[in-house]
Amino acid sequence: MIMAASSQVFKLIHGRRFGHILVPALTCQHCSQTPPPIFNPTLSHTFNQRWQLQSRGYRASPSWQTYYLTPPQVNSILKANEYSFKVPEFDGKNLSSVMGFDSNQLPANAPIEDRRSAATCLQSRGMLYGVFDGHAGCACAQALSERLFYYIAVSLLPQETLIELENAVESGRPLHPILQWHKHPNDYFSKEASRLYFSSLRTYWQELLDLSVPGEQPDVSEALVSAFKRLDNDISLEAQVGDPNAYLHYWVLRVAFSGATSCVAHVDGNELHVANTGDGRAVLGVQEPDGSFSALTLTNDHNAQNESEVERVRSEHPSSEAKTVVKQDRLLGLLMPFRAFGDVKFKWSIELQRRVLESGPDQLHENEHAKFIPPNYHTPPYLTAEPEVTKHRLRPQDRFLVLGSDGLWETLHRQEVVRIVGEHLTGVHQQQPIHVGGFKVTLGQMQGLLQERKARVSSTFEDLNSATHLIRHAVGNNEFGTVDHERLSKMLSLPEELARMYRDDITIIIVQFNPHVIGGQ
Amino acid sequence: MAHYSNSLYERLEEETGVKTGFVRTGSLCLAQNQDRLLSLKRLASRLKILGVSCSLLKPREVLNLHPMVNVHDLVGALFLPGDAVVSPPDLTLALATAATAHGVQILEHTSVTQVLVEKGHVTAVETDRGTVECDYFVNCAGQWAYELGQSSEVKVSVPLHGCEHFYLLTKPLSEPLPPETPVVMDLDGRIYARAWNGGILSGGFEKNPKPIFTEGRNQLQIHTLQEDWDHCEPMLSALLRRMPSLEEAELQQLVNCPESFSPDGRCLLGESPVAGGYYTLAGMNSSGLSLAGGASRFLAEWISFGYPSANVWPLDIKRFGSLQSSRTFLRHRVMEILPLLYELKVPRWDFQTGRQLRTSPLYDRLDAQGARWMEKHGFERAKYFVPLGKDLLALDQSKTFYKPDWFDIVGAEVKCCKEAVCVIDMSSFTKFEISSSGDQALRFLQRLCANDLDVPVGHIVHTGMLNERGGYENDCSVVRLSKNSFFIISPTDQQVHCWSWMKKHMPKDPQIHLEDVSWKYTALNLIGPRAMDVLAELSYVSMTPDHFPSLFCKEMSVGYANGIRVMSMTHTGEPGFMLYIPIEYALHVYNEVMSVGQKYGIRNAGYYALRSLRIEKFLAFWGQDLDPYTTPLECGRETRVKFDKEGGFLGREALLRQRERGVSRRLVMMVLEEHDPDHDPWPWWGEPILRGGDLVGATTSSAFCFSLQRHLCLGFVTGGLLAGSPTPVTPDFLSRGDFQLEVSGQLFPAKARLYPFTSLPVQQRPRQAPLEITGLHGK
Repeated sequence: MIMAASSQVFKLIHGRRFGHILVPALTCQHCSQTPPPIFNPTLSHTFNQRWQLQSRGYRASPSWQTYYLTPPQVNSILKANEYSFKVPEFDGKNLSSVMGFDSNQLPANAPIEDRRSAATCLQSRGMLYGVFDGHAGCACAQALSERLFYYIAVSLLPQETLIELENAVESGRPLHPILQWHKHPNDYFSKEASRLYFSSLRTYWQELLDLSVPGEQPDVSEALVSAFKRLDNDISLEAQVGDPNAYLHYWVLRVAFSGATSCVAHVDGNELHVANTGDGRAVLGVQEPDGSFSALTLTNDHNAQNESEVERVRSEHPSSEAKTVVKQDRLLGLLMPFRAFGDVKFKWSIELQRRVLESGPDQLHENEHAKFIPPNYHTPPYLTAEPEVTKHRLRPQDRFLVLGSDGLWETLHRQEVVRIVGEHLTGVHQQQPIHVGGFKVTLGQMQGLLQERKARVSSTFEDLNSATHLIRHAVGNNEFGTVDHERLSKMLSLPEELARMYRDDITIIIVQFNPHVIGGQ
Repeated sequence: MAHYSNSLYERLEEETGVKTGFVRTGSLCLAQNQDRLLSLKRLASRLKILGVSCSLLKPREVLNLHPMVNVHDLVGALFLPGDAVVSPPDLTLALATAATAHGVQILEHTSVTQVLVEKGHVTAVETDRGTVECDYFVNCAGQWAYELGQSSEVKVSVPLHGCEHFYLLTKPLSEPLPPETPVVMDLDGRIYARAWNGGILSGGFEKNPKPIFTEGRNQLQIHTLQEDWDHCEPMLSALLRRMPSLEEAELQQLVNCPESFSPDGRCLLGESPVAGGYYTLAGMNSSGLSLAGGASRFLAEWISFGYPSANVWPLDIKRFGSLQSSRTFLRHRVMEILPLLYELKVPRWDFQTGRQLRTSPLYDRLDAQGARWMEKHGFERAKYFVPLGKDLLALDQSKTFYKPDWFDIVGAEVKCCKEAVCVIDMSSFTKFEISSSGDQALRFLQRLCANDLDVPVGHIVHTGMLNERGGYENDCSVVRLSKNSFFIISPTDQQVHCWSWMKKHMPKDPQIHLEDVSWKYTALNLIGPRAMDVLAELSYVSMTPDHFPSLFCKEMSVGYANGIRVMSMTHTGEPGFMLYIPIEYALHVYNEVMSVGQKYGIRNAGYYALRSLRIEKFLAFWGQDLDPYTTPLECGRETRVKFDKEGGFLGREALLRQRERGVSRRLVMMVLEEHDPDHDPWPWWGEPILRGGDLVGATTSSAFCFSLQRHLCLGFVTGGLLAGSPTPVTPDFLSRGDFQLEVSGQLFPAKARLYPFTSLPVQQRPRQAPLEITGLHGK
């Protein structure tokens, strides 16, 4: 049924593209049933944009049609994707090192190409958070948001649990769930590909089973690297092998030909690991003894601004390519992130790309973009999904972790991000009642203090979700560092096709730590 | 009451030798806007009636009394020189000392576990240190009065609920205020402030109070209540605005001291309707100290003589029943009551919380037709009906001392009542049925009621139920349904009071059966000359006065519904009928009446129209105009008193004595002259009546009479004293007198009448003269 329905819709869209009609933006929920085809003129437009848009600035353009949004309208846009999770308390006490997290997304692309995931590992310990920034479509980011945490969770399982898992599948018994997802209703999983994903995952854990040593607890850093590389490998393989089901075949090619960066954090007790591939960032908010917040960056961006990364890429290719491999601050003059999942155009040999495209579904043949081979493409692979893993031991002063796609970090300095979030969290949660005991306080001083507290509450009152609050600042900040409603309203009312010129998709996850538990350990 | 407290406390120090901290400071009520000033003027009028001296001040004059007050944003103030402050713990000690000296035994650190009730009367109090037998028990447990009431054998409902109340203390000021500096009440700023130990004590009644102890027993928690500075920020800001020099004052403490509040902001006093000898004095709404002396005196009189020395119906605990006992209701209601203490008190204000508790089956229908509601004893009653497409002001904006926004709407309803026919849902009325096998019920009612009830079956008798002093305990209409059964219709708020009054006097006879049937009937009042046409069409029975005389009751069918009690009376003096409809037929009858009535121009009307009608017909209502200290002779109702009926009646002797001595206090109708309803403040109730400049009485209710285009007020005047004895009020006294009414500090000439207008002019709206525009155009 689902297949029949989806292929019908597919045909419809397929027919349209010859007329160069812009496919109306399908909402994400829609996507879950029938992902829009990406190899069409619309796609190449966004593809080029992502790769070649040189100067992305925040110019004030008088030309766009301005319609102002009221504050409630602004709020409803900002809050459409917000999600909060509080770690349940046990006996009135929160025993977890994580109090909970806030997350939110603001699209600029239509549909949005960012994805996010959050889950609790049920068979091993710890919580996983991930921000995935897709390019050339959302397919790869979507696949990562569904699959990567399973790969990580499985890599973290001890041998005994893996055996149990395998036995259960073998004998057809129900599986103990591995992950508990914390999903916003707009975060979806594709039903069609789940069988394929599962069989790839099973192959992976069977191999892990063979390699593992009884009684040994896998190392988190190694597990993260292994899971990242394996998933990227599986994405590549699935695209090469194809699938008898035409729709799935097409889907796996879409995943492989699109790309995504990934920034994943794993928190277990006071052990924090961050695995990063690409230009997403994880920044820790550290509260100084004076109450202010400072930023501690736990990741390195994998792009042209990172010299060691440029060095790495150059060293992996013959010196004859030194000038072409990084050109105009882009990989081969095209791609901004220097590490990414998918993007097989930067990984496969030219022959392999041709062979796969020729054997692929018809739609691919007619697409100019698919046949496009990057210039100076001599010694692939040029791109890797291998993450850089940072390990950090949480301290009581580490109050929160901000994971964000580059859309956030381009607009706000990390110090500013940490200040905004820190003040928001303390404003909401740490407005301790005032006690006057032994201090000399005049009524005037008290009034000043109270009014200041009141002002703080009212400004943060709008956003209970700190990620929403951060997006409000990221989009609406004026030169004085405060939110300007007019600006916010303009930015949010940009027409779809213009929005991407002024901002990128923004995805944020803010994990709040529990200083009492962390201090106690 | 506060007046007596004041003089009591003043004497106390001398009497007991215990210091009470009594200082006659006086108090200042400040007005920041004209509306507030008007309400202070009204207060001044009321105080004048009570004989309390006060004076209105200009802002500048305030400075002479209190040097710290910022007067720049004030428009005026009211000064009460007689007010005083005392120190509560010292006063309590002094009172205890005085009481002990008179033989009272006080047990401290003893908790009451239960109050024992036998045969409907208190017998003993069980405490953790033994049982004390008693005839009377007074529940004055403050915050815990509700719980104490619940913990007696027969549950006594004491509807009150606690709210946190904050006040702050400062350390002594560098230039301390003299102790006799007046207490300042900045009502618009919602704060009060007084001198305290060289510093300042200041608290307030905030807009967003914090109710507390909803779940009950928390006696230990009271000591550990948190100070909540953020909550007090508005009050602190208001204080510093009023007294800017306090900015430098050093803070000592913020005290959180819960106070208990009642559902209508008046205290709870009197005997419980369910347990004899069980008295209550609680729910003081934060004015416990100032009222304690007076309230206790009333209570003491009540216990000793059976009744207090003045009308305390507004404070009587019997104005509430168990229906106001829900903790949720109380919690929500007190959140409205606490801010109301300093809120602008405008006429005809309705509570917004705790509503829609009791409703008529027609509620939804009426609501859909634009009904705006008021509440009486938990029952929703329509005030008026806003026509489709017409909008009234928002709640806050509709607060006014002047012409209200519903004026034209009510005018149209009144017009319809007079010229066509209107329906008013009057289901809220209290309805009792009393019956017996023999003539016990008749004999009982004959004893209780002043009028003669031995009338043919089907007749309706308006009668008072009087107390020994001849005062109205209840004013009701009694229908003789059959030889030995009667239907009694009383005002809505009589539900608890009348029930207990009748129970108290009912002979211990199992043959008499008294039942509260208020909930069984929906009452529709058809008012107007065409009411009989509507009913005739619905019942195929002629309803003309020849066939259906006035004050007559018949069970008949209306539409498909049978067994409707149709009564030819309207509570307004207009022609028409009351229909008492068993609840399940209510919607049917209403729909039929409305559809048949269409051709007669029928429409819904509300209580405001009813009030306008009944006041122009000089009909006094119990609870507003009549009270237990008013006799039928004082309101011209001798015709409803049958002195020579067999066996007499309760209060007969007192009335006879009064008739002999002459009536020195008389209900009159005042017709306001030279009053422009569009621009002058409206009368409400409690306006002083002056005769030749002397205070002779006060109004009790008022309404705009649309036929006369004048305001009418009902009120009482007294004849004054002549050689020590009160002189009777004679028609001469009224007609010769030069009467004036003081409305919000403004004097208006008025005519006093003893009898209603015999013929009212047909309603005519004064037309505005069309503008002279022809001259403007020239050629």
